[in-house]
Amino acid sequence: MVQFSVIDEQGMTHPVEAPADMGLSLMEILKASDYPVLATCGGMALCATCHVEFTEGLERLPEANDAELDMIDTLPNAVNASRLACQIRIGEHLQNAVIRLRGDGN
Amino acid sequence: MITTDICIIGAGPVGLFSVFEAGLLKMRCHLIDALPQVGGQLSEIYPKKPIYDIPGFPEVKAQELVDNLMEQIRPFNPTFTLGERVERLKQMEDGSFILYTSDATEIHAKVVVIAGGLGCFEPRKPELPQLEKFEKRGVEYMVKDPEKFRNKRIVLAGGGDSALDWTLFLANVAERVTLVHRSESFRGAPDSAEKVVELAKEGKIDLVLNAQLTGLEGEDHLKAITLSTSGQSQRIEADYLIPLFGLSPKLGPIADWNLNIDKNAVEVNTFDYSTNIPGIYAIGDINTYPGKLKLILCGFHEAALMCQSAFKYVYPDQKLSFKYTTVNGVNAF
Ligand SMILES: Cc1cc2nc3c(=O)[nH]c(=O)nc-3n(C[C@H](O)[C@H](O)[C@H](O)COP(=O)(O)OP(=O)(O)OC[C@H]3O[C@@H](n4cnc5c(N)ncnc54)[C@H](O)[C@@H]3O)c2cc1C
Ligand code: FES
Repeated sequence: MVQFSVIDEQGMTHPVEAPADMGLSLMEILKASDYPVLATCGGMALCATCHVEFTEGLERLPEANDAELDMIDTLPNAVNASRLACQIRIGEHLQNAVIRLRGDGN
Repeated sequence: MITTDICIIGAGPVGLFSVFEAGLLKMRCHLIDALPQVGGQLSEIYPKKPIYDIPGFPEVKAQELVDNLMEQIRPFNPTFTLGERVERLKQMEDGSFILYTSDATEIHAKVVVIAGGLGCFEPRKPELPQLEKFEKRGVEYMVKDPEKFRNKRIVLAGGGDSALDWTLFLANVAERVTLVHRSESFRGAPDSAEKVVELAKEGKIDLVLNAQLTGLEGEDHLKAITLSTSGQSQRIEADYLIPLFGLSPKLGPIADWNLNIDKNAVEVNTFDYSTNIPGIYAIGDINTYPGKLKLILCGFHEAALMCQSAFKYVYPDQKLSFKYTTVNGVNAF
C-alpha cells in the first residue's frame, strides 16, 4: 500500500491509501474514493477533468508523455506542477505525495 | 418560427440516430447543438480515435461513425440549428413546446428529446477576478466575427492550435496582437508555432511566454490586462482579451427546466426514457437510471424505445404498428 494526501476543492487535506500492485491509475483511485473527478474521457488524457497539482512529490514521478503535456498546455489554470491523474500509475513513487485537485468537477 | 414534430437538443451520436428511428415512424426532427458541428463528444474530443464496441463495426473512427450517421439519416431530411444553446423551453396549453436558443431562435415541437450528453460544450475560463464583469465587454471566448477586432488591440491567451491560428489570422486585422502563453514553447501544430515566432521576431506581434494572466482593468469596458512573467508583473493595454483554452462540457440550462436531476443527469423511466414532464424524453449520456452505462450503443437502444413512445404525441389518433426496415425499406420524406 502507498499513502499520500489529497487536498480537496475546499482546501481540506485527506489521507488516501491505495494498493500499489493492481495497475490502477491515480484517477481511478480518486474516482473510487468519491472525489469529484469526472474522468469524462475514461483516462485518455483528452478531457483534463482529472487535472491535479502536486504540491509535494512531483520530482519522484516518471515524466509526463506528449499526450499529457499537450493537454495540460491547453488549460487555463495549469501550473508547473500540473499533472493528469489518469496518466499516473499508483506506485511507490506516490508515497507521501500531496495532491491538490484542480479539475473541473462540473 | 421553426416547426417540427420532435426537437432534439444535442446532435451527438444519440441525437443523430434518433432522427433515423423517428423517421421510420414518419416523425420529422429538428436538431439543435451549441457546437458549430454535429457529432457531440466524438467530433469535439476524439474524432480520430477508433471505437471498437459499435455492433457490426469491428473498428470505426469516431468522426467516421458521425459521418455514417449523417448519411443514414439523410433520407429523413432533418433540419439543424448549430452554434446555439437551448436556454429555455415553455410548454403550451395543448402540451406542445416552444424552445428558445441563445440567439433567439424559436422552435415549436410536439415532443422534446434531450440528447445533451455531458452538457453544452463551453469554453474553459481562466481564473481571474472580475472575469464575468468583462465578459462581452472586452472578454470574448470565440472569434465569431473577425471584423469586430479590426484596428483594435487584442491579447490572446493559450498555447494550443486555436490560439496559434487566431494569432496568425488576427495579426493582419487588429492594430496590435499579443499572445500570452504559460510555457516556454508551443505544443500546437509546429508550422503555426514557427510562423507565430517568426512574426514576433519581425516585430509584427508581441509574444509573452512563461506568463500567467493575473487581472483585468477597465470601467465599462476592458482597458488593460495584467500578467506575471516569471514573478514580475506586467501591464498591457488592450481592447479585447480572447482566452482560448479549449472546451469542456457543462450541464448548463437543462438544470433549470424542472426536470428530476441526479448528479448532473436527468432521471428517466426505462420503459420509454420519458422524464417527469410528459412530452420530454432524455436519452444518451444525459440520462440516468439504475444500471445506466454511458455508451453509444446504449444511447441507440434508448432512441429506438423513446420513438415508439413519442409517436403518441405526434399522431395521437393513430395506432403504431411495428415493422422491420427489411419489410418496408427506408421511405424518405
Ligand atoms: C475519449 C472518449 C472515448 C470514448 N470511447 C467510447 C467508446 O469506445 N464506446 C462508447 O460507446 N462510448 C465511448 N465514449 C462515450 C461516448 O462518446 C458517449 O457515450 C456519447 O458521446 C454520448 O452521446 P450523446 O449523443 O448522448 O451525447 P454527446 O456526444 O455528449 O453530445 C451531446 C451534445 O449536446 C449538446 N448540448 C447539450 N446541452 C445543450 C443545450 N442546452 N443546447 C444545445 N446543445 C446542447 C452538446 O453541445 C453536445 O454536442 C467515449 C467518450 C470519450 C470522451
Ligand atoms: S480522465 Fe480525461 S484526461 Fe484524465
